[in-house]
Amino acid sequence: MAINYSIPEFEIVRNTDRCIGCRACERQCANEVHYYDPDLGKMMADDTKCVNCHRCVSICPTRALKIVKNNDTLRENANWTSENILEIYKQAATGGVLLSSMGNPKPLPVYWDKILINASQVTNPPIDPLREPMETKTFLGKKPEKIERDKDGKIVNNLSSQLELQVPIMFSAMSFGSISKNAHESLARAASELGTYYNTGEGGLHKDFYQYGPNTIVQVASGRFGVHKEYLEAGAAIEIKMGQGAKPGIGGHLPGTKSIGEVASTRMIPEGSDAISPAPHHDIYSIEDLRQLVYSLKEATEYKKPIIVKIAAVHNVAAIASGIARGGADIIAIDGFRGGTGAAPTRIRDNVGIPIELALASVDERLRQEGIRGQVSIVVGGSIRNSADVVKAIALGADAVYIGSAACIAMGCHQCRSCHMAKCNWGIATQRPDLVKRLNPDIASKNLVNLVSAWNHEIKEIMGGMGINSIESLKGNRLMLRGVGLTQKELDILGIKHAGE
Amino acid sequence: MKRIYVNEQWCLGCHLCEYNCAFANTNSENKCRENDMAKALKNKVINPRIRIEEKDDIHFAVSCRHCEDPLCVKGCIAGALSIVDGVINIDQDKCVGCYTCILSCPYGAIMPADSGSVIQKCELCTKNSCGEPACVKGCPNNAIVFEER
Amino acid sequence: MNYVIIGNSAAAVGCIEGIRRFDKENPITVVSDEKYHTYSRPLISYLLYGKTDEERMKYRPDSFYKDNNVNTVLGKKAVSINKEEKEVVLEDNTKIKYDRLLVATGSRPFVPPMEGLDKVKKKFTFMTLDDAKGLESAISSKSNVLVIGAGLIGLKCVEGILDKVKSVTVVDLAERILPSILDEKGSALVQRHIEEKGVKFILGTSAAKLTANSAELKNGEKVDFDVLVVAVGVRPNKELIKDAGGEVRKGIVTNEFCKTSLPHVYAAGDCTESYDTVTGENRILALLPNAYMQGETAGYHMTGSEKPYDKAIAMNAIGFFGYHVITAGSYDGEEIVTEDGENYKKLVVKDNLLKGYIMIGDVARAGIYTKLIREKIPLDSIDFELIKEKPQLMAFSRADREQQLGGAH
Repeated sequence: MAINYSIPEFEIVRNTDRCIGCRACERQCANEVHYYDPDLGKMMADDTKCVNCHRCVSICPTRALKIVKNNDTLRENANWTSENILEIYKQAATGGVLLSSMGNPKPLPVYWDKILINASQVTNPPIDPLREPMETKTFLGKKPEKIERDKDGKIVNNLSSQLELQVPIMFSAMSFGSISKNAHESLARAASELGTYYNTGEGGLHKDFYQYGPNTIVQVASGRFGVHKEYLEAGAAIEIKMGQGAKPGIGGHLPGTKSIGEVASTRMIPEGSDAISPAPHHDIYSIEDLRQLVYSLKEATEYKKPIIVKIAAVHNVAAIASGIARGGADIIAIDGFRGGTGAAPTRIRDNVGIPIELALASVDERLRQEGIRGQVSIVVGGSIRNSADVVKAIALGADAVYIGSAACIAMGCHQCRSCHMAKCNWGIATQRPDLVKRLNPDIASKNLVNLVSAWNHEIKEIMGGMGINSIESLKGNRLMLRGVGLTQKELDILGIKHAGE
Repeated sequence: MKRIYVNEQWCLGCHLCEYNCAFANTNSENKCRENDMAKALKNKVINPRIRIEEKDDIHFAVSCRHCEDPLCVKGCIAGALSIVDGVINIDQDKCVGCYTCILSCPYGAIMPADSGSVIQKCELCTKNSCGEPACVKGCPNNAIVFEER
Repeated sequence: MNYVIIGNSAAAVGCIEGIRRFDKENPITVVSDEKYHTYSRPLISYLLYGKTDEERMKYRPDSFYKDNNVNTVLGKKAVSINKEEKEVVLEDNTKIKYDRLLVATGSRPFVPPMEGLDKVKKKFTFMTLDDAKGLESAISSKSNVLVIGAGLIGLKCVEGILDKVKSVTVVDLAERILPSILDEKGSALVQRHIEEKGVKFILGTSAAKLTANSAELKNGEKVDFDVLVVAVGVRPNKELIKDAGGEVRKGIVTNEFCKTSLPHVYAAGDCTESYDTVTGENRILALLPNAYMQGETAGYHMTGSEKPYDKAIAMNAIGFFGYHVITAGSYDGEEIVTEDGENYKKLVVKDNLLKGYIMIGDVARAGIYTKLIREKIPLDSIDFELIKEKPQLMAFSRADREQQLGGAH
């Protein structure tokens, strides 16, 4: 056997004074890091297996554990970082494509953090959200261009179907299969309670969750898994997934080992068969083709449901968005390059796509220039991390945001980025029954509701500071934003001035 | 009356309830303060009043049900078991350790105390300073709840 | 409504608590020939053993009678029941009127005729607090004690006094100890354990002749003693009912509500026969839990609540010097035995039911087995292989468990 060059990424530090040998860490680690050594009479750990998910640290009743970065050092330099070297070792040993999970971790610019929000002073005074009404409700969908009247002069209702959101935050697409049934239930229940929507992803809709249909967005992706008439009718809106921020241009692949039981039946595929979502939709090679699908779905659901088209933020996103708007979509969802995933080739995830902030600004601007901004709503996702990101996104032109990673974190995800290993210790990105049961939807849905409610409070607070009492007045209100440390080009794309201007 | 109920569906078999129980019922100072469990239970074999049963992927905790018609109380030869506001209490001072209650309890929820000469059982943490039962407070997945049903 | 109870032990207390569950008002009168606050008779051996004292062995707190609005007439023996007048006559000829009467007179030690017994000065039975007090004052560290009877009472007495005396010898006609509750293997295990503590057993024989300080046994052995304890058995005190014309067999006959054949008269405890749900026979089950629950059932019925007592089974939990024995039911059926050193377990199965069991040493969670017997749970409805290993709720179906652990009580 060749020498194994890999080094453990983390080191488990156990305070033996505090460890009482309850073995909770051992029982709770699906990676089998911890074990009891009967000869030594104490708990031990195999660092090589640790993914730093923190389950053991969180569960340890005596706080005897911590996980630190292994400071074993390769002879690295600024160019040949340990990461680069270790990845080469791995590929040299296996010949495989590197796989990763969750969003792009590279130190590429996060524009949210270079944008600052305005507040009122003296004139146009701030509003206290605790004393005065404040509206964060929003509607997604095509808005009529003009008022129509009948022959008697009465206004005709020419409003097409809309999604009503009590908060401008939705849960982004995560399929049943990529995440557990309990995670889905948590999202569904939270969306219902919050008056917003969660998204099935491309895994179909489990029969138990039809009851949450009014708060469900059903997705139609390139694999068309789980798509049938009742499915389309069950949701409040239908999303056509053209791309995903974490892996633009790439399809999906749920291995047969995970396509078991209810995951397979919900996807309507034979048990144990690989669920491969092709990179393209094989019936869509043009905007016209997309338009066909949009209208097929509208016809199938009698024009009662808004159609969302989701794309990854890529270089010519503005032109693509224009095409989608003209293709008849009611809502465009744009997923930035920091968006999460259950599994993606590392190189794709880390190098393909563009930041959502730039994509959003240019799409909003382009649609305005073309005079078709009112034809579509814009929803953005791809690492919305807090309420300030939401406010900035809306001020840049979004109607609402999708949160996926943040929602997972609210449910307990510790961003260990090992979803692709299917052994999620938090019961989210796994189908192993013993792990799935760790996520109790009673708890997780409450956490989700708490998170979004808290953000909603903060959004109101920030809006109040700007003297704005309705989310509608914030939309595209780029005057409320200023950049710091950005080049003129970046400011131009974002359509904002530099701080101090 | 509020009782401890077990939701088997959510029990992970982590055994923390057993440790929280053992900790809550130790006599060390400042019990119920999380950071003292190490001190209280280090190098001890615990003898909790709640016990996990497990087999394959099934786990559940068993502790006194505080029955309304308790066979243990009716059968206690020493009058050491009694119902106090719905909670079945054991007066360890009166108990002589005959184990008639162990013979009687259909849940197997009564066990000898460490000494072996008296019995112990869940008293819903009414006799320690924990307030809400420690097993419930410490359960990471709401598998044990304390509620009115 | 006047409730009157003759007796002041477990059945009487069960009756009081049963009545008071439904009737908080009407007066209850307790008559007892013993002068003490209600105490637990099985605790007298623990009293000698030093595990309890007179204060702690009270079966209910001092305030019990007051809390339950009970009048007590203690130290006076009830001598007859006048069913026509509905009154109880006491030894001093006072009469107490009743509307509902419970006879909970218990049992008395049976002392077989033995030649020369009258010559023995320090001789005791072991039943009441006074017996225990008498025995305690009669023994010293120099005493050699002869106990006749290797049953539950005799052996608990041995445990109680062993440390206080020089020697203890136990004689029993039976070939083994505790024959009423144990099988041969169990008897041998328990005997060995007690012998290791220094007790001498002479079994399969009886005293042919007694003198003041020695016994000649039928097998020819001679045992010298200073103190004699006779614990060969008990006889139910059924005379009050019998004399009043009520139906009695070995014990007082009662129905499922613990009612005797006399109008408005109930009986409970060691003086009665119970319907043993395992064997299907009426027999005397002289057990404290049984007495309490019979008394309680009678109490309920006196107030008009009809909750039958149909769960009586033979069962015993007993320990000697920290070695525990739990048994229940009957031993007629297929036997499943597991042994592991000091631990011994026998399950007895018949007709798809657990009929009885013996657990010695490790008795953890025995009550789950008792439940199988008492509730007649068909063994094919549970995972019997699992429960054979050890008592566990895992053996029940998930739905059953949900009901037991998650359901309303």
